[in-house]
Amino acid sequence: MTTPLLELSGLTKAYPGVVANSEVSFDIARGEVHALLGENGAGKSTLVKTIYGLVQPDAGTMRLDGQPFAPPEPRAARAAGVAMVFQHFSLFDAMSVAENVALGMETPPALNRLAAQIREVSQSYGLPLDPDRIVGDLSAGERQRVEIVRCLLQEPRLLIMDEPTSVLTPQEVQILFETLRKLRAEGVSILYISHKLEEIRTICDSATILRHGKVVGKCDPKVTAARDMAEQMVGATLSTPSRAGGRTGEVVLELTGLSAPAPRAFGTALKHIDLSLRAGEVLGIGGVAGNGQDELAMALSGEMSVAPGMIRLKGREIGTVGVNARRRMGLLCAPEERMGHAAAPDMSLTENALLTAGPREDLVRHGFLRWGRARGFAERVIERFDVRTPGAGTAARALSGGNLQKFVIGREIMQRPEVLVVNQPTWGVDAAAAATIRQALLDLAEAGAALIVISQDLDELMEISDRFAALNGGSLSAPRPAEGLGIDEIGMMLGGAHDMTPAHGEG
Amino acid sequence: MIRLDRRPEPSRAWTIATPFVAVALTMVAGGLMFALLGKDPVEAIRTIFWDPLFGDFASYSRPQLLVKAGPLILIAIGLSLGFRAGIWNIGAEGQYILGAICAAATGLAIYPAETWIVFPAMIVAGALGGLLWAMIPALLKVRFGTNEVLVSLMLVYVAEALLASMSLGLLRNPEGMGFPGSRNLAQYPSAANLDLIPGTGLHWGVALAFAAVIVGQVVMTRHQLGFRVRLAGQSPRAAVFGGVNPGWLVVVCMGISGGLAGLAGMFEVAGPAGRLSIDFNVGYGFTAIIVAFLGRLNPIGILLAGLLMALTYIGGELAQLQMNLPLAAIQMFQGMLLFFLLAVDLLTNFSIRFGRRVAA
Amino acid sequence: MSNIDPILLLSAIIIVSTPILLAAIGELVVERAGVLNLGVEGMMITGAVCGFIAATSTGSPWLGFAGAALGAALLSMVFGVLTQLFLSNQVATGLALTLFGLGLSALLGQGYIGVKGPVVPDLYLPVLRDIPFLGPVLFRHDAMVYIALFIVLGVWLFLNRTRSGRVLRAVGENHDAAHALGYKVVRVRLLAIAFGGACAGLGGAYLSLVRVPQWTEGMTAGAGWIALAIVVFASWRPGRLVLGAWLFGGATALQLALQASGGVQIPIEYLQMAPYLATILVLVILRAGRAPGSLGRSFHASS
Repeated sequence: MTTPLLELSGLTKAYPGVVANSEVSFDIARGEVHALLGENGAGKSTLVKTIYGLVQPDAGTMRLDGQPFAPPEPRAARAAGVAMVFQHFSLFDAMSVAENVALGMETPPALNRLAAQIREVSQSYGLPLDPDRIVGDLSAGERQRVEIVRCLLQEPRLLIMDEPTSVLTPQEVQILFETLRKLRAEGVSILYISHKLEEIRTICDSATILRHGKVVGKCDPKVTAARDMAEQMVGATLSTPSRAGGRTGEVVLELTGLSAPAPRAFGTALKHIDLSLRAGEVLGIGGVAGNGQDELAMALSGEMSVAPGMIRLKGREIGTVGVNARRRMGLLCAPEERMGHAAAPDMSLTENALLTAGPREDLVRHGFLRWGRARGFAERVIERFDVRTPGAGTAARALSGGNLQKFVIGREIMQRPEVLVVNQPTWGVDAAAAATIRQALLDLAEAGAALIVISQDLDELMEISDRFAALNGGSLSAPRPAEGLGIDEIGMMLGGAHDMTPAHGEG
Repeated sequence: MIRLDRRPEPSRAWTIATPFVAVALTMVAGGLMFALLGKDPVEAIRTIFWDPLFGDFASYSRPQLLVKAGPLILIAIGLSLGFRAGIWNIGAEGQYILGAICAAATGLAIYPAETWIVFPAMIVAGALGGLLWAMIPALLKVRFGTNEVLVSLMLVYVAEALLASMSLGLLRNPEGMGFPGSRNLAQYPSAANLDLIPGTGLHWGVALAFAAVIVGQVVMTRHQLGFRVRLAGQSPRAAVFGGVNPGWLVVVCMGISGGLAGLAGMFEVAGPAGRLSIDFNVGYGFTAIIVAFLGRLNPIGILLAGLLMALTYIGGELAQLQMNLPLAAIQMFQGMLLFFLLAVDLLTNFSIRFGRRVAA
Repeated sequence: MSNIDPILLLSAIIIVSTPILLAAIGELVVERAGVLNLGVEGMMITGAVCGFIAATSTGSPWLGFAGAALGAALLSMVFGVLTQLFLSNQVATGLALTLFGLGLSALLGQGYIGVKGPVVPDLYLPVLRDIPFLGPVLFRHDAMVYIALFIVLGVWLFLNRTRSGRVLRAVGENHDAAHALGYKVVRVRLLAIAFGGACAGLGGAYLSLVRVPQWTEGMTAGAGWIALAIVVFASWRPGRLVLGAWLFGGATALQLALQASGGVQIPIEYLQMAPYLATILVLVILRAGRAPGSLGRSFHASS
């Protein structure tokens, strides 16, 4: 038996108040795709950062090729043949593809030589790229290709991929898997981090499951049921949300030819969106990140005003009406980014309740704040949505992602909206909190509110939507009934793999 | 190895303690500086911090404390509002000058008629002068996205040139035998801003400064405007989501700080200074920035910081007279205070741990 | 107006713009690294006094410039340590640096008011200086004028043609990503801040050793702030920086020339406003390009 490529034994890393990794041990064989499975907060990213040299473990050792391996910084890890495709934070918007690639290399060649290499490598792995384009102008899928190509140019022995498919359409996922299979055939090992079980069953050869920083199971995903892996990952039996049945009422929200320029550099313009939404229905809007989700949510919430006549709420024109006036009329919104958008991180939960609930909960009178009422409202949200926190006086940033998300969604739901727009309601949230949130959304629709749920999680959308539409390049496809919609159809609605065709990169 | 860990919440204890730590550290570092200049550090610190209140000339210097603290507090209260919202009005000095010019011009236009209307008219003119001067950077920022730091600062230099022109030209005292400077408003009963209680230094401007502290405190803790200001400063995106119009906030914050700075200039020109002259402005608008930060952008804190800073001004003059300590040393001393405050501020948001963590 | 000699005016523009250009190119590098240092004015005036002291005590203007660069760079490290290690607010710290620098310079310069410094020799470029019109305008200046332009050229080459320059831009564009790739964000920024300080110091020394040439308190009179404005005007690009500096130099030189000529009936005070008003005007008219992505944000490597 050959030695594994990478052996981890007893890796432990603690932060104040939380043990991110505890005695983590497993091996990655040569030429295998090894899945690292776990919920948000299970310690996957700390472990990966340890392997990549960004974090030094408190205890435990690693061996690469049988040799002790303890990279003090990413440079050392790269030199040893470890490369990483990040989920976020590793590209530079204002710089070209070639410059971005060069920044991730130890000894990059001159830029024009590098550009030629990028074209060659990206073509041969089926991921065409134009090295001269500015990264900020690329789609999410193309940006990921930049990261992958950057890794491939260093001829890695171990490629770490952190949630690589979260930004891809189903068709793009297939292309990525082809690339991974090709790499595996060349003998490259891949550490594949995900919480999407079907993907792992498709592409991975072995899996390690983390929960609360500990290894709780190892399995062969090809022969293990997704349900079993999920229960090991979550540590409990999962329940799927339920709803009685769809009875819809009047049209409450109407978009006609909604168009708006991109509100900031590298944003997306909205193009002629038509939509009508009935009371009691849930409309799911899918799409790959960066196709206008934020912009649509902002246009609906009132943060971005649009030309008159484009948005009507219960027959009234509201395109230029402000955020709080829309709230008074019953249109509420919960943005994607919890920290710094839906909530102010340094403010208490009481203050964060004031952030949106002022108009509908009568928390402000004659310009003066009614702190008692605000605290009472915050406490009711905390109680009903089981937000784990010492109290309403706690700063928002002290809450875990799942708990803050429950608070943010709960804050809007408890204001009894007539129309609720939520963007990525369960992103980065643990499974239990996600289930609570989805159930609460369904209950709200049941009670007669109209919902728009924007998400990149197709499973989630299929689970809770009555109708499904997709955003692609700022345009919205015509909504279709969610029931019976196949994955290929959804993929085509999301834009298929149009920007993946080799013609685009032209070699 | 030293490690910084972000606290889940800002430490309340450190928020209050940091200014005191900063003052203590500044005294140590300042003492060292005085020693380097060949002065006795203990004597210097005593001359600056003790003598103005309890020394031989205290009866003269004590009223000066309020006279100097008044404008500092008034301006700093206004600035703190904007600073909390992330709106950086650095040009309070210019707004102060414009307030003084407008107020003086109003008073001199009515001179020598004695009527009760003069003083209120000057107050309105002073506030408007400062407010309108501050509207230039505010509106340019809202309309064109121009950086308010640079514009408000450039306007200080413009205001200084305007002041020079006014004291040499339009507002020059016709009976001043050709010397630059306006008539003395303090000797024009209807316009004079005299002590409310003689010999205390407590003039209308100081009273207004105290009132501003109280109103500021209420606005910051109980009013929607204060909430919006804090929200915009902490998370601009969340503020927009919460219904704050950023442009409106810029205009309001700049307007209030400009108006208060203008008022400070008005009370100064009608009272302690008495007249417009080329060297009318002595840097209150800039020192108020230090006061605002030292007071943690909190009205009560600003009150204390304003008094402390006034003390260093008076003590500095005293030290110059008695110990031949250069005035510039006091300026440095004030700068140091701000540095130390910014440095120890770290403790509010981070906890510091020494040594490597052992595995749990 | 007729009293103004266009050759003298254009030549004066070059001289007047040089200190601003020096300070601005330093700040440009600082901002490209993602740091907003509003303390340029304080570093400039500290440079002015340090340069003057070093030059008069050694008798060598070149040692003066070296002393100015060193002094201002040291001062900039106060800002660097506070903002990069103590994570203080960059705007507040920059303002503090300016206030502190004004006091420090006044203190250091006490014994030097009215003193005459050593003369900076002119460096007339042979042959070129005899070109009619262009010669006196462009090629009859002191060495610092050319050094300033070389620094700008060097910065351009550094930012666009070298790996280190690329890293610096990356740090300024997205410090989290740069950190994830293993670059030392804080170290890069500290070096940039020191460079910015040194350049501001040279600019200040140019005022006290060439332009005025003597030491007076507060002699920078807003030049540091104008330098900051020019960086925005130039959209953080070195080429446009030169244009911007000449434009502002133009406003100042023209106003000085008008004062000297006495041909116009405008009070001196209003002429003195011209450079500041011109700065505001240009800031309004010319929309700045996209600022570095991480500009002004504190970096703390969490987990």
